[in-house]
Amino acid sequence: MAGQVQALRRRIRTVKSTKKIAKAQELVATSRIAKAQERVAASKPYAEAITQVLTALASNATIDNPLLVPRERVRRAGVLLITSDRGLAGAYNANALRTAEQLIQKLKADGKDAVLYVVGRKGVGYYRFRNRPIEASWTGFSERPSFADAKRIGDALLEAFVAGADDGDEHYGPDGIQGVDELHIVSTQFKSLMTQSAEAHFLAPMQVEEREVEPGLRPAYEFEPDADELLDALLPKYLNTRIYAALLDSAASESASRRRAMKSASDNADDLLKRYTREMNSARQAAITQEISEIVGGANALAAAGSDV
Amino acid sequence: MANQLPVKVVAVEERIWSGEAEMLVARTTEGEIGVLPGHAPLLGLLKEPSQVRVKLAGGEQLTYDVSGGFLSIDADGVTVLAESAVPATPESH
Repeated sequence: MAGQVQALRRRIRTVKSTKKIAKAQELVATSRIAKAQERVAASKPYAEAITQVLTALASNATIDNPLLVPRERVRRAGVLLITSDRGLAGAYNANALRTAEQLIQKLKADGKDAVLYVVGRKGVGYYRFRNRPIEASWTGFSERPSFADAKRIGDALLEAFVAGADDGDEHYGPDGIQGVDELHIVSTQFKSLMTQSAEAHFLAPMQVEEREVEPGLRPAYEFEPDADELLDALLPKYLNTRIYAALLDSAASESASRRRAMKSASDNADDLLKRYTREMNSARQAAITQEISEIVGGANALAAAGSDV
Repeated sequence: MANQLPVKVVAVEERIWSGEAEMLVARTTEGEIGVLPGHAPLLGLLKEPSQVRVKLAGGEQLTYDVSGGFLSIDADGVTVLAESAVPATPESH
């Protein structure tokens, strides 16, 4: 009996400390969501301005930039997958990975080879465990991505994409590098505190909206340098901006997901604590009751023995 | 307060500065350009690295070290878009 009380007491201690950890994680995640959302908001002016500028450019430049023209034959498609560095984030990584797997299946069905680019330790771990090749990976910033991180990723992707332009069926083209012909991105969109959804999007070749403006209304832009050259310089920046936005959105989603998971973990710990405390109390009470009945039984036996004498 | 030029300086991670100015001076890949109110629409790639100077009404001047930047002028004013823009240190003037 005493042993059972001891065991329960130990279990209660464990649950209590687990709850403390979950609670702390929940609070940290809550403050991270707010910060991440601020950063999303802070990056908006630039994203809007560059989109506007590109739209203006696209209607003025000849669109033969490799980043805009779909390739005739797509052999290899790059998939950039954004996951988190740490776990304890509920279904966040599982959803991102599942969306990526679906995209890869779809690409395979279309006769394209998927080439993996992974952000975040969880995604790297998933593919490494399954012995699947990862073309490149970046880790260590999933909760606080900076533009420099996005730029590093964007530069690598762009290099692969440009290298893919001259690839043939059997050979890797004059540059000898096997590149990709298409780029996709799988990231988690922050819809609200309760809803985040993993989504796959097209990254390159890009589709810039060419807005139909009446000839008289379109501002007659001058270009320095000329429009085509400017487009060449701006498109990579636009690509980086898209990646940066996806990283920020995913970071906010990761924190929201973690907050929810940790909230239910600490709620669950509360329930367990209540149950174990009740069990422990009733076990202790049972032990006391038994002791009393033993004493009473003993005293009665002694009294009965005494009256006989 | 005749003719002021609305200026926005925007970096990827945040909006740096916005307000009214007398004139904006920047250096594109083609050469230095001074923008006064009513400038014709223009898109320009800034020289790498370069400085953007915003001249305010009171004779004050703001200077930013800009990298990976470009410039857009339209009817709504001037927008400087940069990968990073930091207020220039006095020594680099």
